Amino acid sequence: MFEAEVLSGGFSNPAQDSARAFRACLEAMARPGRIQQIVGAVPPAPLSPAAGAILLTLADATTPIFIAKSHDTEAVRKWIAFHCSAPVVVAGEADFAIGTWDALQPVSQFAIGTAEYPDRSATLIVECEDISAPMATLSGPGIETTQTAYLPTIDAFVANGVKFPLGYDCYFTAGSQLSALPRSTKVESL
Amino acid sequence: MYVATKGGERAIDAAHQWLSDERRGDRSVPELSVAQIREQMALAVNRVMAEGSLYDPELAALAIKQARGDLIEAVFLIRAYRTTLPRFGASVPVETDRMDIIRRISATFKDAPGGQILGPTFDYTHRLLDFKLMADGEASEALRKEAEAVVAPHILQLLDQDGLMEPLSDGDETPPDLTREPLEMPADRPLRLQALARGDEGFVLSMAYSTQRGYGRTHAFVGELRIGTCAVEMEVPELGFAVEIGEIELTECETVNQFTGSKSEPPQFTRGYGLVLGQSERKSISMSLVDRALRWEELGEDNVGVPAQDAEFVLYHCDNIQATGFLEHIKLPHYVDFQSELELIRKLRREAADAQVKEAAE
Amino acid sequence: MTDQAYNFAYLDEATKRMIRRALLKGLAIPGYQVPFASREMPMPYGWGTGGVQVTAACLTPDDTLKVIDQGADDTTNAVSIRKFFERTAQVQTSETTAKATVIQTRHRIPEVALTEGQILVYQVPIPEPLRFLEPRESETRRMHALEEYGLMHVKLYEDIARHGAIATSYAYPVKVEGRYVMDPSPIPKFDNPKLGSNAAIQLFGAGREQRIYALPPYTDVVSLDFEDHPFDPSKADHACDLCGSEVSYLDELITDDKGSRMFVCSDTSYCTARQDEGHTGRLSPEGVAA
Repeated sequence: MFEAEVLSGGFSNPAQDSARAFRACLEAMARPGRIQQIVGAVPPAPLSPAAGAILLTLADATTPIFIAKSHDTEAVRKWIAFHCSAPVVVAGEADFAIGTWDALQPVSQFAIGTAEYPDRSATLIVECEDISAPMATLSGPGIETTQTAYLPTIDAFVANGVKFPLGYDCYFTAGSQLSALPRSTKVESL
Repeated sequence: MYVATKGGERAIDAAHQWLSDERRGDRSVPELSVAQIREQMALAVNRVMAEGSLYDPELAALAIKQARGDLIEAVFLIRAYRTTLPRFGASVPVETDRMDIIRRISATFKDAPGGQILGPTFDYTHRLLDFKLMADGEASEALRKEAEAVVAPHILQLLDQDGLMEPLSDGDETPPDLTREPLEMPADRPLRLQALARGDEGFVLSMAYSTQRGYGRTHAFVGELRIGTCAVEMEVPELGFAVEIGEIELTECETVNQFTGSKSEPPQFTRGYGLVLGQSERKSISMSLVDRALRWEELGEDNVGVPAQDAEFVLYHCDNIQATGFLEHIKLPHYVDFQSELELIRKLRREAADAQVKEAAE
Repeated sequence: MTDQAYNFAYLDEATKRMIRRALLKGLAIPGYQVPFASREMPMPYGWGTGGVQVTAACLTPDDTLKVIDQGADDTTNAVSIRKFFERTAQVQTSETTAKATVIQTRHRIPEVALTEGQILVYQVPIPEPLRFLEPRESETRRMHALEEYGLMHVKLYEDIARHGAIATSYAYPVKVEGRYVMDPSPIPKFDNPKLGSNAAIQLFGAGREQRIYALPPYTDVVSLDFEDHPFDPSKADHACDLCGSEVSYLDELITDDKGSRMFVCSDTSYCTARQDEGHTGRLSPEGVAA
């Protein structure tokens, strides 16, 4: 049963499933705070289907991953190793980090890029119970006026935004739902 | 009445059919086979393999046939094919020490262990057209020396023993891969060598020539030039050792360059290095000279501001596929940009004329 | 080898992942040029390889693709690229701007306002707006890092001193969200106002130069100018001779050996739609008859 769980749950049609999943990621990153559906992955718990789909779509042997305590189970490690071949690393070296917001603390441990290469920064996949209840007002690129959205906190993202163009970018995942918060977004509490 | 030009698709198809027809040429002349190109146009095949970064004489010959002998077009076909190939792994570094040599010369020592082997070369031929070849004359069988694994250590190693040669750093770091990662500046030597190895032979030649003529003179001697085949081995994790997966023909050149020393280094000889797929002496020698010129910074030399010392200039312009694509793209329609320029020029002229009228009135 | 030997949308999955990661970083840092390991494509560098790679990384089987060059769907290179994706991704194609979900373009932004759910992919020859002022990549990268754009303003100001106006009519530089100076690709400056506050996602691919950058929807994009010389998105002072539009960007055609001219919309889809709606211009068949 365990081995089957590791080997299964990937995209059934990798080229087309990952194309659709990417479009969800793209729309999410382009329109901060708006919820997108992302499907196709069935990863082992506690990894959500949305987080699993993001990893299948974006992670591979060239992208080191940090797995926070909340998600560091043997099944998750094996599933990521089998489907993404991504090396598991310490937080500071990670291109992607996966875990609950609390487990990812302190966020200061993640790469935020350099002045010449701000893209050399981490993307956090923050697993949430629910991302449908707004508690913040967002504005900035991708948002026509303002957008209300769920965020696990406010202050950390205000601090992240101040560092622009440096900073980390976040996906928030719950079930098969996904929203994003790039470093460029201005965050206020609702 | 004006009708906008339509039917781009039909025009394209017709043009390509015409191209195929022209490629075949006069039907009364027998068609060239890929095997004939591979065997009898071997140096063209080698160039396409080197600049296409793919060792496959058969496909290179096919590309030359398809490209009607336009070697840059053939290189392009090979590159475009190469990017679609899956990667199963990387070989261990080839050992050119253990090359089965068909040619090996040194300009620095009259004789050395392993000897000088002239091999199949154009050197010392008198460049007179051989009309026998036109008359379908069959070539006489040559007395060939079979390639053999003679013990032929690299000649520069012999200088190394006396401490006169700059020491080689023996790193086992995996070099970056130019075809999988964006070129980043400043580029280190492995990256520069990769770019030069697939760079345009004409460009690299001219850069090398410029250093000889004084634009960053490094005074190179050909310490050694060797051509032959090397085994390619790959580590197989399941087996725990490397197995031979094939062999490739290579041309390797090492130059010895004068170096009067710097603040940190004593006077000694320094190196330039060239390694090219197939037989390509001109390219490998050129590559060594340009490599040496680009090493000014690590050797603590002065940047005298010449093109061959400028890594950004050399590396961003040596790739003939990038160059030819961008150069030829100006054939594409630019109506929109040109229209905006047209309007701008008209506006500026109008304003200039108005100003003159106004000035005259005043 | 048959087409079936190639993956959906031509590129292998590892390459698509690499491009997709670069696109997402581009959206997160609007206007910043993300380096990416551009692949050799089966069309030449300079002919849209960057745009083609971005489009290939974005396309899903549900998309409707439109490809334009100089605003037109039937220019040869647009035809060639459209055919490439019909073969390798089996996507629907359309010439109607409103029907397309992904539009790949060279040198124009369509006249009809784009909407949410659309992606505009630009082919970019030289992504670096500072390149013609400073040829060195290491140096321009530093200038972007330090937000050191004085050189660009000096260049524009020298234009004004010499010509009385800014002598840049296409690829007119813009500043994105008050931070990065960006090259909008060689679109006429007439199109610059459509870059900002656009509902669609705008993605820029430069294959030969190995750069990707992006503008999320509704991004603040300002064409560089001076208080006493404000940006002027001018166009030819004519109406389209076929559809009568007075607001579209026009191509100028020479119609006889005496130098007679006519002006027609460069956006063929827009022009055709207007003609179908009954709009006429100076040289419309009805107009001539009347």
